Amino acid sequence: MGEKMRPLGVPFEKLKIASFDFTCCEGCQLQLTNQEASLPDFLDLLDVRNFREISSERHDDYDIALIEGSISRQDEVERLLKIRKQAKILVAFGTCACFGGVNSLKNRHPVEELIDEVYPGMAIETLPVRKISDLVTVDLSIPGCPVDKGEVERIMVSLVTGSLVTLPKYPVCIECKAQLTTCLFELGEICLGPLTRAGCNAVCTSGKTPCLGCRGPAEEINMAAFLELVKERGLSLDDLHEKLAFYNAFEPFQSHET
Amino acid sequence: MKRDYAIDIRHLSRVEGHANIHITVTKGQLVEARWTIVETPRFFEAMLKGVSAERVPFLTSRICGICSISHALASIRALERAMEITPPVAAEKTRLLAMMGETLQSHALHLFFLIAPDFMGTSSVLPLMQSHPDLVRAGLQLKELGNEISSITAGRCTHPVTLVVGGISKAPDKQRLLQLRTMIHERKPLLDIACSFFRSIVIPDFSRETEFISLRNGTSYPSIGGHLVSTDGVEREENDYLLMTNEYTREFSTSKFTRLSRNSSVAGGLARFNNNHSLLHPKAREAAEQLGLKPVCHNPFMNNIAQLVECVHILEEAEEIINSLLDMEFRETKTAYAPKAGAATGAVEAPRGILYHHLETDAAGKVVKADCVIPTTQNNGNIDPDLKAIVAWALREGKNDGEITKLCEMVVRSYDPCISCSVH
Repeated sequence: MGEKMRPLGVPFEKLKIASFDFTCCEGCQLQLTNQEASLPDFLDLLDVRNFREISSERHDDYDIALIEGSISRQDEVERLLKIRKQAKILVAFGTCACFGGVNSLKNRHPVEELIDEVYPGMAIETLPVRKISDLVTVDLSIPGCPVDKGEVERIMVSLVTGSLVTLPKYPVCIECKAQLTTCLFELGEICLGPLTRAGCNAVCTSGKTPCLGCRGPAEEINMAAFLELVKERGLSLDDLHEKLAFYNAFEPFQSHET
Repeated sequence: MKRDYAIDIRHLSRVEGHANIHITVTKGQLVEARWTIVETPRFFEAMLKGVSAERVPFLTSRICGICSISHALASIRALERAMEITPPVAAEKTRLLAMMGETLQSHALHLFFLIAPDFMGTSSVLPLMQSHPDLVRAGLQLKELGNEISSITAGRCTHPVTLVVGGISKAPDKQRLLQLRTMIHERKPLLDIACSFFRSIVIPDFSRETEFISLRNGTSYPSIGGHLVSTDGVEREENDYLLMTNEYTREFSTSKFTRLSRNSSVAGGLARFNNNHSLLHPKAREAAEQLGLKPVCHNPFMNNIAQLVECVHILEEAEEIINSLLDMEFRETKTAYAPKAGAATGAVEAPRGILYHHLETDAAGKVVKADCVIPTTQNNGNIDPDLKAIVAWALREGKNDGEITKLCEMVVRSYDPCISCSVH
């Protein structure tokens, strides 16, 4: 155990961690290698047991498994069940794992139609997209498309020190307002900021593009009032539906839409 | 030495996505060598149907976690050409800079995290952090610089925020551009560390003639749009991408394949270099010469070197673009447009090679047809015969099965395959 693992003289165990990807773009795993200035310190918290994207070493004695992506084929189901048996803490890592993510847009079409469109005449195995918690118990969810590395660092420190892991309960609007941005509703846009869990530092809205809700619902949301607001301002319900469905993160609330 | 063996690498490490390598050698002779893509398909072309033009770049960027900016800009270009929208000049320059940032981070990730361990005999970059701290620090700081360029110009490095149809949603902050210019200037010496490392390694002396395809515009090193050209002398318009790709499927792979004049072809840094060498910044040309890279180079391992040469080019060119952006007034960042029916191709040079998005819209600007041809898809067909040729070559050189396994892994990694992207 290195010097850095003795903050205030207290020894801490490194986290025996593994990272696995399923149906996804691997952008969340890539975040683990980002924020380069603090990367050596971050890696110092971890004993990387299995992380195919960056290492050829593969061990199966991990405690924490980061699961990136959604599930869309039978072999993925089996791989996931095997990982669940080994992992003490299974983390749904990123929006695809937590909610299905953009991959869920696939579920609007029958499987045969999808294959016909992309692989005409070929035998391709595929299932409707499912989020990780549809198949196994998830111990911890870190949402985001992609995950925010700062938040991942904070959570890993909490796990090392055994302190409570938390996500912001309030919506993106709080972080957006703190940056003195003009509300996108004032610019005639539907923005899911009032509904969505903060923690991204309002990265989209501060770039003047509407929040599409990748982090899922904030702790207590008022969908009815939000719909009222959209209607009151004469904004397009078609646009609202497209935004709410984008990451499949508001599925439980979508019945209230009309 | 063993004369009969099978090499079976499942889920090759240090690449993005899932693929296997199978090699069978009997009585010292190669029987079979195969590159099999087993990645789960996501069906992006079907998912895109019905999505509004405005939302498209936010969806297509999710095709790839490494080259999300390229995907966003390929579909933005396709849509702007389909709906006849001309973005403001300042937006176009900002986009070029965003592309440079992405390519720098992608190349740095590949050179230092994914392939340096092969040349140093380690399983990952992690042990190198202790044994070669200066080299790893150089790699990390170049990667960080790439991410910083993308964050300032696109709002975020992975899955960009401000790249939108019609232009950019927000101008880059001038104060941050000034800081970025200083950062680039300060980090140029890191390239010397990188170049001297890559001069010191032994690159396998293996070549197999093939066809290299990239964009070319005649005035600058290619990035967004241009003509489609090949080292076999083919030249076509951007919208003729289908004649350039001739995509086909094979039963054992969820990624498709392409071909042009031969059975296979190559896209990527080496292809760009082979077709556009004279348009590189003089400092990058000088680096190429010192690193022993000359056009037309047919050694697949030299794609690594071409990527490093491109990093040298990027640091020089990015400085110039920042200077011109600092001189500009950002009164207009986005051209207002009315959605309309149309169809066009958007081709860009993603870090791993030429990327095509072809999109067709209806009168409301919703996608009715989408087609994406990914750089790795274009390289798959060439990886297969390279594996066969390299095993045959290694057997002639008297290499053992362990050495052959390593060479096979290394040649595949040299293409910097993005498998999840190729099976989009």
